[in-house]
Amino acid sequence: MSTEIHIDKDTLMTLKEVMEEEFQLLIDTFLSDAEQRLAALRDCLARADSTGLRAAAHSFKGSCSNIGAPLMAQLCARVEDAAVAGELDGLAPALDAIEAEHKIVVAALGEL
Amino acid sequence: MAEADKTGLKVLVADDTDTDRMILESIVKKEGHRVIGARDGLEAVEAYERERPDIVLLDALMPKLDGFGAARQIKALAGEELVPIIFLTSLTDTESLVQCLDAGGDDFLSKPYNRFILQAKIKAFYRMREMHATMLTQRDQIVLHNEHLLQEQTVAKQVFDNIAHTGCLDASNVKHYLSPLAVFNGDVLVAAVSPSGSMMVLLGDFTGHGLPAAIGAMPLATTFYGMAHKGFSLTDILREINQKLKNILPVGVFCCATMVDINFRTRRLKVWNGGLPDCFLRRSASGTVEPIRSTHLPLGVLSNKDFKDDCKHFELNLDDRLYMWSDGIHEARNQAGEMFGEERLEAVFADNVQADQLFEDILNHVQSFVGEGEKDDDLSLVEVRVDTPENIQSKGVDVNYVVDRGLLEWNLDFEVEQTSFRYLDPLPVLLNILMEVPGLRQHSGSLYTILSELYSNALEHGVLGLDSAMKETPEGFGEYYKLRTQRLEELKQGFVGFRFYLATSPTGGRLTVQVRDSGPGFDHDAKMANDHTLEGYSGRGIPLIKTMCESVKYLGNGNEVEVVFVWDNDDDR
Repeated sequence: MSTEIHIDKDTLMTLKEVMEEEFQLLIDTFLSDAEQRLAALRDCLARADSTGLRAAAHSFKGSCSNIGAPLMAQLCARVEDAAVAGELDGLAPALDAIEAEHKIVVAALGEL
Repeated sequence: MAEADKTGLKVLVADDTDTDRMILESIVKKEGHRVIGARDGLEAVEAYERERPDIVLLDALMPKLDGFGAARQIKALAGEELVPIIFLTSLTDTESLVQCLDAGGDDFLSKPYNRFILQAKIKAFYRMREMHATMLTQRDQIVLHNEHLLQEQTVAKQVFDNIAHTGCLDASNVKHYLSPLAVFNGDVLVAAVSPSGSMMVLLGDFTGHGLPAAIGAMPLATTFYGMAHKGFSLTDILREINQKLKNILPVGVFCCATMVDINFRTRRLKVWNGGLPDCFLRRSASGTVEPIRSTHLPLGVLSNKDFKDDCKHFELNLDDRLYMWSDGIHEARNQAGEMFGEERLEAVFADNVQADQLFEDILNHVQSFVGEGEKDDDLSLVEVRVDTPENIQSKGVDVNYVVDRGLLEWNLDFEVEQTSFRYLDPLPVLLNILMEVPGLRQHSGSLYTILSELYSNALEHGVLGLDSAMKETPEGFGEYYKLRTQRLEELKQGFVGFRFYLATSPTGGRLTVQVRDSGPGFDHDAKMANDHTLEGYSGRGIPLIKTMCESVKYLGNGNEVEVVFVWDNDDDR
């Protein structure tokens, strides 16, 4: 499954409904959490820690899908799969792709 | 469970990703539930212990303790309680999902979370949890009820054992087999020695099982022991038991029974069989068997008016053996479902070579026929062997205590005073006393006629001075009773006195009744000489009494009459 959707508006609308006044807090939390996840991904890859890499990618994938960032979730899934398979070589471009997508998502969320 | 309670659940949400947890908490709160949050597996287990939530939502991958480990610990803490655990996961490979189930997970919820699916799952699992709790409560109630039932049975059995003690079943010439809980199978066996030296044995089989069957056994046993020791006859006892059971038991509950009276001195056997299988009387000389068939309806079916107490009589010889049983032997089934039946039972008697072993032979054959299959503890069997009275030993009862007992005598004075004629009917009181005399009970009808006739004569003709000749015309009849009421009201003095002399022996007795009144009397010598005038004086009463009594005579001024009633306990033989 491939998608080019950076931000799923429907998901965000639903979240807004559910979270009500806490919606902004949710977005802020996601943003600061994403920074930490990205750092963790970099760190694990540098140390060739496939377990850590897998866990970080898995969690990030989950929160991306929940917040309505399907493309970023998909990119995380690729890293997770590679980590599960132990194929860490050549994952640096994949992390670059996640960071690039992250910038797009941050911008899009900021526009809301 | 009230609808309101379904929205007030406690839901534990454990997820290390803050955003995911926030979203989930919001969804759950929106449904009106209370949320307890946890950031990792350890926190989740702690929160579970502290809060005992209704439903647990667990992320699979968490730091410190992952969801699988947390699920195992929570399930262990929950014990018998059903705590639904829903795994929050985006894991999709079969292996991971199996791991979730193995750890005790009940379901999954995948990311991104769908609010409606989560609500549906919470509802469904809460319903399951409720049903489980109900089931546990009901199971505990069943266990409790069962314990209660066993406790009640134990108490009932203790009471019953006290009432239906073994009597003289331990006598050296008696063998019996009865399951320890026979009373709950409806079987009852009682035996006693009567003052006349007869051994009385009653084997009963109540319809039904459990406490209802046992309840009837209590009055049966108390009546049997209460009456047998006082010397009441077999038929008196059967009638009394029949009456009690008929009054007490619901329709459809009755007691098939065999009762025997064996006199070892006269070597006579008297049998009443109502609804039990044929008893066997095995003759010692020939080895042949005489079946004694049931010829009556069971106890507790007929009212005493319709109850038949005729018995079969047999002359006995030394070492003859009598066998009584409930249908447990005939109906014992082997693994193929066949019944033991009468033919097999007869074959045991035919094949037996040593009479002393016959009792054991019967039991062994039945038990090996039933085999290791379902243990049927419904067997009740009694053997009574004819022995000389001197040889019969029993710890429970002195089988021979009656031998030296001779005459039993008492007398009783009873006077009705002038103040009480209008209110007191002395007959029930007097009859009650007389009915306690063994042997007299079967003559209650005659005694009532005699006493009531003598009493009304003494009161109406003696004390009140009424002339029976008045009753010969319809107008006179009415006048007679008007006058009777009037004179009773105006009565200033007078009495009627009864005196009873009773002498009983084990074989029968003699009751003398004197009735005296305060009236002037009459010329009895002249009247007694002529039956016709006697009839004129006191209606048909006195001639009727004369047919019942050994003698009827007037004494003194004629204000005193004496009748003698005799009976023989062997009359019904």
